[in-house]
Amino acid sequence: MPAEPSAAVSERSSSGISASSGSSARPSARPVIEIRNLHKSFGKNEVLKGVNLTITEGSTTVILGGSGSGKSVLMKHMIGLLRPDSGEVIIDGDRFDNLPEGARQLVRRKFGMVFQQAALFDSMTIFENVAFPLREHTDFNEAKRREVVFQKLDQVGLRNKADDFPDQLSGGQRKRIGLARALALDPKIVLYDEPTTGLDPITTDNVDQMVIDAKREYGVTSVIISHDIGSAFKVADHLAVLYQGMIRADGPPEVVRASQDPFVKKFFALWFDRS
Amino acid sequence: MTDSPTEAPPEQHSDLDQIVEEAFESGVAGVGTGIIGLIEDVGGMVELALQSAMALVRPPYRIGNFLEQIDFVGVGSIFVVGITGLFTGMVFGVQSYNAFSLFNAQSLVGSTVALALSRELAPVFAGLMVTARVGSSMATELGSMRVSEQIDALVTLAIDPIQYLVVPRLVAAILMMPFLTILFDGLGILGAYFVAVVTEGLTPGLFLSRIHLWVDPEDVISGLIKSAVFGLIIALVACYKGFNTTGGSKGVGRATNQAVVTGSVAVLVIDYFLSLALMGYVSKSS
Repeated sequence: MPAEPSAAVSERSSSGISASSGSSARPSARPVIEIRNLHKSFGKNEVLKGVNLTITEGSTTVILGGSGSGKSVLMKHMIGLLRPDSGEVIIDGDRFDNLPEGARQLVRRKFGMVFQQAALFDSMTIFENVAFPLREHTDFNEAKRREVVFQKLDQVGLRNKADDFPDQLSGGQRKRIGLARALALDPKIVLYDEPTTGLDPITTDNVDQMVIDAKREYGVTSVIISHDIGSAFKVADHLAVLYQGMIRADGPPEVVRASQDPFVKKFFALWFDRS
Repeated sequence: MTDSPTEAPPEQHSDLDQIVEEAFESGVAGVGTGIIGLIEDVGGMVELALQSAMALVRPPYRIGNFLEQIDFVGVGSIFVVGITGLFTGMVFGVQSYNAFSLFNAQSLVGSTVALALSRELAPVFAGLMVTARVGSSMATELGSMRVSEQIDALVTLAIDPIQYLVVPRLVAAILMMPFLTILFDGLGILGAYFVAVVTEGLTPGLFLSRIHLWVDPEDVISGLIKSAVFGLIIALVACYKGFNTTGGSKGVGRATNQAVVTGSVAVLVIDYFLSLALMGYVSKSS
């Protein structure tokens, strides 16, 4: 269900921007993801037209952009779901985009990803969903696995849903389980695909808090793609604005907000004027 | 003759020509697109088969997933394949008994039914039933996983979706199809026996005695080889269609439809070429 826009905006605008500094730890300057001159087309549709972006360790980077701007495509390149037509994706200093599939799988263990619709395995219970990466990639025994799963479920406040199936949960709950699954292996980097899209203001606030908590408790590097400006200013310590396949502004939130790029000015003006 | 009637037709001809020309062009374009699509599909399936073969020999070996598919493809198909086999044998028994009785050769019913079932009917009919039951289900399940990003989720969790999802389905279908074909053979012969012996009064000895004279082990083996190939084709088509689903729930429906249609047609087309190839094997062995 789509959120009621005016209510959502007014509630978030009051607390959101000041909370941006709530991302407590100062990120180090070491880059963990580097995107260099990335191009990607689907048929005649050129989606990414030379994207350059650096994401530093421990930062929370929000990539803002309208529908069809190429945000999801950019994120899929970061985790190797797509291969670029040209350009480079570098993870932890090593080229990632040109690795064979087997080697890419090893690099992917550094990542967790929270999908827009959570992408939980619908034939498994919530417990099994969160336990799945542990079963695949660790040699934990059953007791240890249970301990880790319930620890993650506690962190997202959904221990009591362990025996439910994904279709028994609300959209917000599914996203929280998606985060629990993404965090199961304690990844270094967590990617969030439109985490607040379609959520009501209270659930949006919960999800924002979840992102902040994940960073505070695990020190993960977070990358969020979104068109939710309120949430972006609440959680980000680094913003990038993507428009028509190119990064139009990039830097700390206050710097990006002051950008003189016509699209960026219009993008923020519409939202800030309304709030 | 006046001029007026002869002046109008050229314009009509011109319009008609244009319509015919456009229809021809769009028809040619449609055929061309269809051929390109077919080549792409065949190429994609071959690629998926090769990737699956490589994933099959690489650990981890997903025994649990494999057993789950064995249960679904094999055990789950016993009823539908058994019923089809039984009634195919019965109807074949009725028809052949009546035909052979025209020249007093009813004793050939058993051997005719057994030969036809073991060489052709059992692998093909079992293949078609498995396409309908298993192929559709595989395409729907994988298609739903694709559009709901569950396959992408597997990839982001550093799991090879081909190894996790496709390989167990392919192997289970290859291994289970011969068993289902044997079941079809057995129940088909039983059905024909029931018709010829119980309802028509042929003696059991006459029905059974010619079977071992006419049906060689190679006939049965060639049917089982066919059925294993059909198992591969059915699962490969279904997995390929499901894996490449786009376009939400409508796309899932389209993938399911294509898996069943393509799988069924492929079984029949490949059956012809396999029959030619295996005839050489059967005649050499004989």
